[in-house]
Amino acid sequence: MSGAGTKADKAAALRAGKKDDVVIRIKGLVNGFGTKIIHDHIDLDVKRGEVLGVVGGSGSGKSVLLRSIVGLNRPLSGSIKVFGQETVGLAPDEMRGLQLHWGVLFQEGALFSSMTVAQNIQVPMRRWTNMSQSLMDELAAMKLSLVGLPEDAARKFPSELSGGMKKRAGLARALSLDPELLFLDEPTAGLDPISAAQFDQLVGDLQKSLGLTVFMVTHDIDTLRATTDRIAVLVNKKIKVGTIKELLQDKDPWIHEYFAGPRGRAALGG
Amino acid sequence: MVKNFRVTLPVDNPASAKLEKAQGRARLVCVGDWTVSELTDLDEQLSDLDLKGARDLEIDATGITSLDSGGAWLLLRTKRAADKAGAKATLNLPDKYHPLLETMDSGHTAPPVTHPPHTGLRGLLERTGEGTVLALRQGYDLLGFLGRVAVETVEAALAPRRELPWAAFIHQIEETGLTALPIVGLLAFLLGIVITYQGADQLARFGAQIYTIDFLGIGFLRELGGLVTAIIIAGRSGSAFTAQIGTMQVNEELDAMQTIGLNIAETLVLPRVLGLIVALPILTLFADIVGIIGGMVMTYFDLGVTIPAFMRELGNAITVKTLMVGLIKAPVFAFMIALVGCFEGMRVERNAASVGKLTTRSVVESIFLIIAADAGFSVLFSVLGI
Repeated sequence: MSGAGTKADKAAALRAGKKDDVVIRIKGLVNGFGTKIIHDHIDLDVKRGEVLGVVGGSGSGKSVLLRSIVGLNRPLSGSIKVFGQETVGLAPDEMRGLQLHWGVLFQEGALFSSMTVAQNIQVPMRRWTNMSQSLMDELAAMKLSLVGLPEDAARKFPSELSGGMKKRAGLARALSLDPELLFLDEPTAGLDPISAAQFDQLVGDLQKSLGLTVFMVTHDIDTLRATTDRIAVLVNKKIKVGTIKELLQDKDPWIHEYFAGPRGRAALGG
Repeated sequence: MVKNFRVTLPVDNPASAKLEKAQGRARLVCVGDWTVSELTDLDEQLSDLDLKGARDLEIDATGITSLDSGGAWLLLRTKRAADKAGAKATLNLPDKYHPLLETMDSGHTAPPVTHPPHTGLRGLLERTGEGTVLALRQGYDLLGFLGRVAVETVEAALAPRRELPWAAFIHQIEETGLTALPIVGLLAFLLGIVITYQGADQLARFGAQIYTIDFLGIGFLRELGGLVTAIIIAGRSGSAFTAQIGTMQVNEELDAMQTIGLNIAETLVLPRVLGLIVALPILTLFADIVGIIGGMVMTYFDLGVTIPAFMRELGNAITVKTLMVGLIKAPVFAFMIALVGCFEGMRVERNAASVGKLTTRSVVESIFLIIAADAGFSVLFSVLGI
């Protein structure tokens, strides 16, 4: 798209892109810090309506990949198209229009600590719409019940919430504008197995009823089994994508250890 | 009505809801993209609906081309409102949106969220009351903390087997005393100049410029030197105490110390309190000397008083008692600064805003206490005739 494209052109292109079957298209992405290369020309397509899990060892650049897509990290080279719109080289505040269509859940929830949970959920609404306060209050209550938080959580401040409740509140904020694309950064890390399983269920349910595309960074092999359609493994600076079955056949030692190691076998029932 | 739309992305099919009424039957025809960009408009259209006299309401949403949870909520809300008003409402929806609506209908019965009150008389009263109770509790807790530190101090002193944190104590003297010398010295010097200049100006009207030196000596040694030093240290070290201990609190270091069996008052509070009690009087003495030098420089240039003459006049004006009256207050100030600094640090909660808030509060509280104590000393000294 040329820089001269008008706002209307951009909007039209974005709408056309949103109909596309590939929501995120990454081509030849290179990321690195200093002389250390983290991603070496990786390609990845995320399809509409799928739940993609991203796994990899510590320091393999899972979060960096997520941050590159949403514009918090500037790649060295390569192309990332979200809904058909190139995001590489744009500052986060230049991604207007895209931000309306995605929601990001950060690892610790990243709730604004000076606001109540309800106010947190309403931040995106205030930024992007001019809904009346009463409508926002109704919608916030609805989002809270969608993510399974009790009514009285609305008036609480993040410091008064447990870790699991913070994640749910963070998810409610990420879902505030009904995005089509949801990014989750280690959604179940730090949760007990029961809460983690509930969270998996919740993501699955929301994904089905809202038709979301989910990009999920996780370490949790139970989560992968329960929710994802495909899995992208970051290994040796490259990426390998497949279903769990396909990846179980993979010859790479790390991938083999991950899925066929003791924990993997236990979780996959193999 | 002119509107300031912030959602700039137009949808493919603008959404609308039209009501058709005929003989007690009402039909609400919903078409278009019922998504977030259209919610504001839809909300207004639906709020204006007049359902009076309708026994049946059919919400015909089969023409909806796109639906998200916000749009689904509006449909659900309309249906529930009609049900409540006594009309029998039915909702027809394309099949693919049934799961979404079911999820929401089963889970969501909650009324709109409420916010803590911010405005109005009631909110003001509520906050005033809350603030008052908080301030009283704060004072009560501070007293409790004082007692705890006192008990721990006595225990530490009476149990010589235990290793006293000497290294930390020396470190605190260096941190709060030695490194503060440049800033305290500079400010005391400047203050000496200012006081002398103003004093000389006023006293010149009576031809009594020479008493500038008495004014400077007594004023600086008795009051200003100690007060200014204490205020600088409250801002410099009191805030540092709160931030250090507060960050440790956020990081769960204090909890870790307790599980290991380290005594927090002894390891963290005592070295700071004792260190500052040693450091602040020395700093005050230093400020007194540098302030007098500042005044001396000013009298030399402004009034032409030579250094020996200055010294003679100063010697007539002040005694050791003048100096001691100023210095005796310093350990009390130091105790209050360190105690409040540590106390607020330990009250930090586990969130980012808390450290900053309590650091500010620590400085404000210790400066308040310093000035209040100084006033108390003035009354005491005048009663004692010192």
